[in-house]
Amino acid sequence: MIEDATLIAEVVVSFLLVVAGLFGLVGSLGLVKLDDTMRRLHAPTKATTLGIGGVLIASMIYSAVFLDRLSFHELLITIFLLLTAPITANFIAKSYMHRHVDEADLPPTEGPYGWAVYDAVPEDERPIDTK
Amino acid sequence: MLRRIFPHPQLTLMLTVVWLLLVNTVSPGNLLLGLVFGVAIPVITQPFWQKRPVIKRPLRVVEYMALVIWDIVMANVVVAYTILFKSNARTRSAWVRVPLDLTSPEAITLLAGTITMTPGTVASALSADASSILVHCLDTDDPEAVRDEIKHRYERRLKEIFE
Amino acid sequence: MIETALTFAVTCFALALVFNLWHLARAPGVVDRILALDTMVINAIALLNLYGISQGTPVYFEVSMLIAMVGFVSTVAYCRFILRGNIIE
Repeated sequence: MIEDATLIAEVVVSFLLVVAGLFGLVGSLGLVKLDDTMRRLHAPTKATTLGIGGVLIASMIYSAVFLDRLSFHELLITIFLLLTAPITANFIAKSYMHRHVDEADLPPTEGPYGWAVYDAVPEDERPIDTK
Repeated sequence: MLRRIFPHPQLTLMLTVVWLLLVNTVSPGNLLLGLVFGVAIPVITQPFWQKRPVIKRPLRVVEYMALVIWDIVMANVVVAYTILFKSNARTRSAWVRVPLDLTSPEAITLLAGTITMTPGTVASALSADASSILVHCLDTDDPEAVRDEIKHRYERRLKEIFE
Repeated sequence: MIETALTFAVTCFALALVFNLWHLARAPGVVDRILALDTMVINAIALLNLYGISQGTPVYFEVSMLIAMVGFVSTVAYCRFILRGNIIE
């Protein structure tokens, strides 16, 4: 019975590790293969979160089953990366737009003000600090 | 009075849980230390965020998190497929403008984060008056469908949670 | 079985790091370099965790936690510098 559980855990951990490795590799491959910076931005922000997540969950299961040590550290790193990945992606996108994208190439905002990278609302009527 | 000691009750809870995760053991001593941090940090940083985010329906948050985690997994598969099996010439990227009905900064931040983590879209910029959000799609034939999906799938749920 | 999977995953992430380094050297602009560095940090975290599993110690999680934080802050600082010309206003 216990041996069965160990075997299942072993299969699950191995599967997660293999999947994580593949996604991590594909994410970095996309970085090299895709031909435009905005496209390249998609590869690392997405493919690597599952890569990291897989490794961390595998390590949680591994230490719980094989080392008899309940560990929730990994959960913290996973949550941290899930929270920070969109922020870094947004910052990189804004830097790229600031340097290389002309406002005329973007769809118009259809509002009184332009996109926050190029335009700002005067200080006294600002609902949210968007910049 | 209670509001002076716990300016942000959710933050207190979160800091305590994060502390327990960080030390990786649940013992009365660590719980107490975590609670001390959880009470002290919101009180000290109170001047920086005076407004509390209002969560109208806490149960919907769980549903939203499950939906987003599922979408993140699917997003990974979709993007991996695009990277591996589509040539650059056949990939059609597009900028999409999504008009926003949300007004609270927390809700807009969450929506932008969700958009970035889900299939083939990255939230790139807000308009200066925060009335619409600029999204970059990796590979789409129909930008309108992307916009409608974001509005229907994520924004509607966030609106129920926050407003 | 786990050893084989570990070796496979380490190989994948090491190869990913090589790709990132290649892109870092060949990138057309400074924004691309930031992107490559950010991805490198993420892959390094994965490698550290894999090493932690193979050694059976929890020490490497603290290391990867610190690297995750430093990596995030440095990426944001780089981007802010490009966007605004300074980092702390």
